[in-house]
Amino acid sequence: MTAAPDPATPAPVKATGAAGELLHFFRSNARQYGMLVALVVAVAIFQVATNGIMLKPLNVTNIFLQNGYIVLMALGMLLIIVVGHIDLSVGSVAAFTGAVAAVLMVNQHMDPIVASLVALGIGALIGAWQGFWVAYMAIPSFIVTLSGMLLFRGLTLFMLNGQPVGPFPGSFRAIASGFLPDPFGGDGLKLSSLILAGVLSALVVYIDFRGRREEHKYGFESQPIYLFIARNVGIVAGIMFLAFLMSQYEGLPNVLVLVLALTGLYIFVTNRTVVGRRIYAVGGNAKAAMLSGVNSKRLVFLTFVNMGVLAALGGLVFAARLNSATPKAGNGFELDVIAAAFVGGASAYGGVGTVLGAVIGALFLGVLNIGMGILSIGIDYQQAIKALVLLGAVYFDVSSKRKAG
Amino acid sequence: MSDVLLEMRGITKTFPGVKALDDVSFSVRRGEIHALVGENGAGKSTLMKVLSGVYPYGSYEGDILFEGKECQFHDIRASERQGIVIIHQELALVPELSITENIFLGNEQQTNGVISWGASHDRARKLLKRVGLDESPDTKVGRIGVGKQQLVEIAKALSKEVTLLILDEPTSSLNENDSQALLNLLKEFRSKGISCVLISHKLNEVESVADSITILRDGRSIETLDATGGNVSEDRIIRGMVGRDLTHRFPEREAEIGEVLLEVEHWNVAHPIYDDRMVIKDISINVRAGEVVGIAGLMGAGRTEFAMSVFGHSWGRFVSGTVKKRGVPIDVSTIPKAIKNGVAYVTEDRKTYGLVLGSSVKTNITMANLDGVSNGLVVSDPKEIQVANRYRDQLQIKSSSVLQSTVNLSGGNQQKVVLSKWLFAEPDVLILDEPTRGIDVGAKFEIYTIVNRLAASGKAIILISSELPEVLGMADRIYVMAAGEIAAEMPVAEASQESIMKAIMRLNRAGVEEVVL
Repeated sequence: MTAAPDPATPAPVKATGAAGELLHFFRSNARQYGMLVALVVAVAIFQVATNGIMLKPLNVTNIFLQNGYIVLMALGMLLIIVVGHIDLSVGSVAAFTGAVAAVLMVNQHMDPIVASLVALGIGALIGAWQGFWVAYMAIPSFIVTLSGMLLFRGLTLFMLNGQPVGPFPGSFRAIASGFLPDPFGGDGLKLSSLILAGVLSALVVYIDFRGRREEHKYGFESQPIYLFIARNVGIVAGIMFLAFLMSQYEGLPNVLVLVLALTGLYIFVTNRTVVGRRIYAVGGNAKAAMLSGVNSKRLVFLTFVNMGVLAALGGLVFAARLNSATPKAGNGFELDVIAAAFVGGASAYGGVGTVLGAVIGALFLGVLNIGMGILSIGIDYQQAIKALVLLGAVYFDVSSKRKAG
Repeated sequence: MSDVLLEMRGITKTFPGVKALDDVSFSVRRGEIHALVGENGAGKSTLMKVLSGVYPYGSYEGDILFEGKECQFHDIRASERQGIVIIHQELALVPELSITENIFLGNEQQTNGVISWGASHDRARKLLKRVGLDESPDTKVGRIGVGKQQLVEIAKALSKEVTLLILDEPTSSLNENDSQALLNLLKEFRSKGISCVLISHKLNEVESVADSITILRDGRSIETLDATGGNVSEDRIIRGMVGRDLTHRFPEREAEIGEVLLEVEHWNVAHPIYDDRMVIKDISINVRAGEVVGIAGLMGAGRTEFAMSVFGHSWGRFVSGTVKKRGVPIDVSTIPKAIKNGVAYVTEDRKTYGLVLGSSVKTNITMANLDGVSNGLVVSDPKEIQVANRYRDQLQIKSSSVLQSTVNLSGGNQQKVVLSKWLFAEPDVLILDEPTRGIDVGAKFEIYTIVNRLAASGKAIILISSELPEVLGMADRIYVMAAGEIAAEMPVAEASQESIMKAIMRLNRAGVEEVVL
């Protein structure tokens, strides 16, 4: 299901004929598809501008390798923003947990799996620390996490003595730079990756189909059948195309598999579970949620714990990718992560935003990075362009809401 | 100079898909109080927004003549320059600023950008005297009650050389005394040649002060009644508003009253900030199965505070008291526990405390009982939609589907969504706090019918209302609250508006200060 948990369907407007139907559908779903369309357009523009280098297998693979950790953290940030808060500390938390893992693995020779679990646990504790101040002591999250940003950056420096620590054992590095194993041993195409993509496609189509059947059963207005088919064909084609490209290189990166699994999990949590529903309720109207029996403090606390774990996960992936933990790791991540959520349609006022939107937002920013990198656009321009994209995306969101409301 | 101050001719205003105003004509004479009445959605506010320039010239059709000249207002400032000032239902005051600062906000007493505080305070003092508000102009607006805030708004309007004052539901959140004071002020303005347009749902007020009454219905002007002789009855106005005779304002009910369901005993609650200030003092009440118990009282009597503190201690600092259900003490110390023990509280402020406005009808209905549509973890879509559709049909919520966002629903339909939410939580005791505030006559009747049906099904209902006719028309038994205490308890057969007011006054005279939140 790609729909927001709450598709605020406007009162149906009588449209005449298929054209009217089509127009109406696009108008009422502009926000949902706008970002996806923008992503495809951006890729197309770079593909032309780079004379076809953009969609070379290596570059497609790199988009996911270089942005996996941003996407992972964006999943947590989306929930934080929806529940009505912000977390500025994720970059520092990622650096700190990466540093902890590095010291344990490299200096103490701890088993990578145990060290990673310890790092994730510390992420949870950090989230609990910040969540405690935000939820139970009612300190604004901006202040608490600004403090956290400084605190954990300081602790990172302390942990690492100001020096990078590395390299990591190979098994740990595989999280970030490894690829899905290919037992079929094909020389050209990586078959296991293609099979996984096929399974994923089937799953997406199945879920979409089931949703449509339900819509029919309850007599809701659903999109015209040809659009439904076109959409599913488009999604499957997109997935298989990307998988095919990556199979020509090393196959699906492990990070991508992790990102896909967690994205699926969080889409499910936000759309279908009681906890997800309550997060949106608290973000939409905290007082009403409280008077409906929602323990909003505990909920805010838990979203921060969740964010801490995901920031730690992002920190591990980033450290593994660099093959060392550095004092400056994760500098500015918070901005990319927050931008991803907002570009993906989350509202700064809380209560609105989708997991899929945040993921697409993160990928959109990633595509901009890679595309501009290939074009050798200077870092100065890159920053400026990204800044304007963020502003433009939020403006689009606000203005489309104004029209709808 | 003609007798007519304002004339609006053939005003038509369309929003996408809706004709909010259809060829409306409206005229106000110099020095009269002109009431504008109609059900919610009849177009009263829209008409006033057209007049004040909120909807600029060009976005509507028709002409506006003010003092004989044709006007083309492009914004509020343009209409204010002509002396047309509108006071909205939601007051536009900044709580952290002083009365003086609020009065001259946007219209500062200044020379070259430097505010002259002496002149400001001096003028403010004079304006406060005119509206009869005895407060220092230095006082922060957040520190004074709603009634006084309303007077500050009017002082602000007077500072702008007003010739036509528009008040949108000015008394909806005022108690009887403050309302009366406000209406007297309007009469005084009338004698000084200031005209007033009064938008109000309180027809008794309209009846008592208005010189003319214009009735809007479905975006059309139905009729203008001459009320100078005081010969227009409430029933006559209602007939114009709903287009038919409403023979009974309250549905009939045969009460079948059973055992005592809920007892609250010796309930004491302190102010959330000022620990030593007791807001609820030793209240004991009970309600039986199938019974509607009314709690009457003035604004600030502590009714909402009492109800919320019983509902999960959600207001104030709990001091002492017990709640029993069917004779057994129950724990209501948190909202989830109160809900689990079968107590539900329907808030007086549905937009702030009742609904997640951005969310759908369906999501709002299931919010207080997600366990009822899930296995505890995962929400079942089909089940949720079934539940939502069931309540939508039962309560006749008018929406395109249960997926429609609640923000676009009318007040009456929003209230039905809030009611549905609490009905789905399956409580035994339902506390309704001002359930019909800001709802039009037709929707009120529907809400009353629902309440009666609930009582008939054996639930215990506590109805808090500031409208005495509502309490008298709906309740089987009435508690009168004043200054945080129960002033009287009476069966409805022995109650009247007079006896209730007398009970309140008796207690208030005992020298208890009014509770300000």
